[in-house]
Amino acid sequence: MTAGSGLSRLEGHDKVTGAARYAYEYPVEDVLYVWPVGATVASGTVTEVDSTAALADPEVVAVIDHTNAPRLLPAVTADELVLQSPTVAYRGQIVAAVVATTIEAAQEGAEQVLVRYVEHGHKVVLDPEDPDLEQPETTNAGFPGTSIKGDVDAALAAADVVVDTVYTTPAQHNNPMETVAIIARWDGERLLLHDSNQGPWAAATAFGMLWGIPPSQVDVVTEHVGGGFGSKVWPTAGAVVATVAARVTGRPCKLMLTRQQMYTMAPARTATRSRIRLGARSDGTLTAIDHDALQYSSVIHEFVEQTGSATRTMYASDNLRIRHRLARLNLPTPRVMRAPGKTPGMFALESAMDELAYALDLDPLALRLRNEPATEPASGLPFDGRHLVDCLQAGADKFGWASRDPTPGARRRGRWLFGTGLASAMYPVYQQGGKATARAEPDGTFDVWVAAVDIGTGSRTALWQAAVDALGVPPSQVSIHIGHSAYGQAALAGGSAGTASWGGAVRKACLELSRRVAEHGGAVPSDGLEVTADTAEDQLAPDRARHSYGAHFCAVRVDADTGQVRVDRLLGVFAHGHALNARTTHSQLLGGMVMGVSMALCEQTVVDPRLGLFVNHDLAQYHVATNADIRGLEAHSLERADDDVTLVGGKGIGELGIVGSAAAVANAVFHATGVRVRDLPITPERVRAR
Amino acid sequence: MRAFRYARATDPGAAAALVTSQPDAVYLGGGTNLVDLMKLGVLRPGLVVDVSRLPYDRIEHLPDGGVLIGGAARNRRVAHDEGIRRRYPALARALLSGASGQIRSQATVAGNLLQRTRCPYFQNTATPCNKRDPGSGCSAIPGAHRDLGVIGTSEHCVATHPSDLAVALAAYDAVVEVRRPDGAEVLVPIGDLHRLPGDTPWIETVLEPGDLVTGVQLPPPPDGAVATYRKVRDRWSFAFATVSVAAVLSTDQVRLALGGVAPKPWRLTATERMLAGTDPSDDDVRAATRAAFTDARPLPENAFKIELAADLVAAVLRDLRTAGAVR
Ligand SMILES: Cc1cc2nc3c(=O)[nH]c(=O)nc-3n(C[C@H](O)[C@H](O)[C@H](O)COP(=O)(O)OP(=O)(O)OC[C@H]3O[C@@H](n4cnc5c(N)ncnc54)[C@H](O)[C@@H]3O)c2cc1C
Repeated sequence: MTAGSGLSRLEGHDKVTGAARYAYEYPVEDVLYVWPVGATVASGTVTEVDSTAALADPEVVAVIDHTNAPRLLPAVTADELVLQSPTVAYRGQIVAAVVATTIEAAQEGAEQVLVRYVEHGHKVVLDPEDPDLEQPETTNAGFPGTSIKGDVDAALAAADVVVDTVYTTPAQHNNPMETVAIIARWDGERLLLHDSNQGPWAAATAFGMLWGIPPSQVDVVTEHVGGGFGSKVWPTAGAVVATVAARVTGRPCKLMLTRQQMYTMAPARTATRSRIRLGARSDGTLTAIDHDALQYSSVIHEFVEQTGSATRTMYASDNLRIRHRLARLNLPTPRVMRAPGKTPGMFALESAMDELAYALDLDPLALRLRNEPATEPASGLPFDGRHLVDCLQAGADKFGWASRDPTPGARRRGRWLFGTGLASAMYPVYQQGGKATARAEPDGTFDVWVAAVDIGTGSRTALWQAAVDALGVPPSQVSIHIGHSAYGQAALAGGSAGTASWGGAVRKACLELSRRVAEHGGAVPSDGLEVTADTAEDQLAPDRARHSYGAHFCAVRVDADTGQVRVDRLLGVFAHGHALNARTTHSQLLGGMVMGVSMALCEQTVVDPRLGLFVNHDLAQYHVATNADIRGLEAHSLERADDDVTLVGGKGIGELGIVGSAAAVANAVFHATGVRVRDLPITPERVRAR
Repeated sequence: MRAFRYARATDPGAAAALVTSQPDAVYLGGGTNLVDLMKLGVLRPGLVVDVSRLPYDRIEHLPDGGVLIGGAARNRRVAHDEGIRRRYPALARALLSGASGQIRSQATVAGNLLQRTRCPYFQNTATPCNKRDPGSGCSAIPGAHRDLGVIGTSEHCVATHPSDLAVALAAYDAVVEVRRPDGAEVLVPIGDLHRLPGDTPWIETVLEPGDLVTGVQLPPPPDGAVATYRKVRDRWSFAFATVSVAAVLSTDQVRLALGGVAPKPWRLTATERMLAGTDPSDDDVRAATRAAFTDARPLPENAFKIELAADLVAAVLRDLRTAGAVR
């Protein structure tokens, strides 16, 4: 048995020795380098692209703009339709691309291209008073834009205690270590890609749509990926421009976005503003929950972050209202970033629950326990494995919550103020159908193919373990092959559904293959045995509310002189059922928690309202938490049998760790200082603004 | 990226000859700032003259208790030097609070002092910036200036000098050794090295073309002095200062220099005078620190730095006193 064990990654040695090959690193003959040119106005029309100076360099092969680019067809977002029109919807939008025989010449060529514009007015600030706010029908992941149960206004009017507060989160950027990278080649009407993405099959589908060819004519190899977090779920503008360049020049073209380019040529998380109103009886029973969520999309595409979606499911209340409003800004279309919607929305809800606990003079843990729902509040569906209370109680025990004195700002030693806070976590279970192929050879070896991708999560190893388990043969006889669209339709690494979805297909193919081998009396015929399984029909019925749960407990210290915050301890307890690989599961949970601390204390993409600019577009300026910011970090898993709902058992774990963790930090900062910071990140000046 | 030539100087004379041979030639130390700015297209030199291997990497403790530090000495070596740690703790701490271990191993003392501002608009060629593109305007004043200067700035530029090292050197009254292209040695007090922007923000130092920084001289610290460096930043490692302070305290004097607030390390001379020889309360220190900001030009997003500086100075002096080292 290997499944569940803490096996280290199959490709770990290759990665640390540099042997693992990433998309940009494949040797290709006769290759050209592509350097995109971003718009320097936030809104306008390109009137001229003067490429004379760039083309004067003999190393520059082509300058492509909207006048000479081939036509693309709509695929996923309008941002990918690069160089199709002179309209500029946001600063940094690709308005030209320089193709050259060296990367230096391509970059220099890009500096020489002269783009002229007619500028239009622009809007880049999320403003609740914006007269043009839209009320979207649905949000990302298919939630209704508005859902209403009962009469929230009446319940708020009648409540003993009301909390009415506004929480904001800034725009945040996905910063995978490997930026968007691609090598594109055309072979007649076939498009061959080495591409860094979160799903080679999805990439083949989307690139096929863009170019009007079936996915079978797009060959995507994605052996190793240096992180995604959501930025590589669909082809980015940056990646598409390489396919355009390859088409125009007839030669292989490669591109890797700079860190700075990632900020406009790959997607980010929207800024959000959540007004939360909670009404409660004096005993702590919630009578009303109102979540009014504002987020933005670009002016060219509607993407609605599901900011209020966690509020649908967390706490019991007869009166529940969740509304989403959308601003249209001259910024790149925001897309998903780890736990879209849940991450900003739960910062708001879990902060508000803490505020309510203080307003009621009730322990924040007790408040949550009191409002545990019997069925999912918004949908009325029964739960499958609701283990929030288990997580909260186990976490409280491990953390030592019981001895906490709730008084804010009451614990000082030397220059430090100490405080603790908690917050709940949840993430929905997603699983998608897909294909996998398993093959037995007469020599006793087995091969398994699935168009999965390992974006650093450890999915390759987990899938191999699932295959070994299902085949019931010695591990050394089994090889796993992932990262190639040719292996058939498969899910994305997204929605924490990747490993569950791919694993389901792998398991099904392997079990069926074992049966076939057994039918042959254990002897594999000379031409081998092969099974392709499809799990399209094996999916979860929409008759249950299925989520993973968690609870974060945080201890911070705050420098009383300066307002700087440091996390002394962050402890998470998570219920996600069976772990295919305990080690990589643990890493995912820790990584999510760290990202939540980053969000709480550092991360923000600063927008310059006048220039329409993402100001701090590199890792020297866009801060993420360092080791020095987090002194203690623990993730614990509660295995609960009724959590084993996916085809491989268990629930997704990739995003769970980030949800709620920022609120746990903010709640601890309040407990330490008495200052409630409702606008992330929690900077020294915000802590000092008493 | 523009093609450029690279030359490694074998002696200072040759270095100066090379760097004055064409107008777009520059010296290269560890390259941790210069090369970044070249990649960003902010600097486009035609010739890069590597001076990091010239024989200026000494750390020499003098009989009088002072120290000479070579301009090519790497930040990491200086920070870990036993004598520096013992006699100039604010200097060691300032260096260790800067950048990361990797960058400190590469960065030189001269390069650190002459590194350019981290103003995001200076670093982004697609935006106006008076320092990078004279006369184009300052984007930071009406834009994102939270990390920029509150004093010594002008209506043309609010950039700060980002060096932690320079702030500590200011508190130790260091002097910068400069070798002129003709071979003459000039000494420049650290406080005079950087210029305020006024209406020429692109002129950042008093150095002339071809001037080579060969080292810094630190006089002995005051008798019985205690000193420290404390840095407020947006995370606990690997971030530039929001506000930082170097403080040197002895029985009869206090020296204070701030980082993160001005275009150069900012000595609080008025504050020092008010506090010298007194036994001030925290509130006295705050008031004395605020007094140094009477000519400040705070902007909406960075005005908090003044009160933060006042609290920080009060905290640091309190800690230095209670450390018991001041008798
Ligand atoms: C991500 C990041 C974070 C950082 N954080 C901090 C921080 O927190 N605090 C801090 O203080 N610094 C920080 N730094 C800056 C770092 O300290 C400087 O980049 C470094 O000190 C520059 O030294 P260098 O030798 O690499 O200089 P170079 O990049 O080689 O040169 C810098 C400048 O000095 C000139 N120059 C170099 N040597 C001489 C000489 N001998 N004579 C005359 N001119 C010379 C060059 O022409 C150039 O203009 C950070 C840097 C990075 C990239």
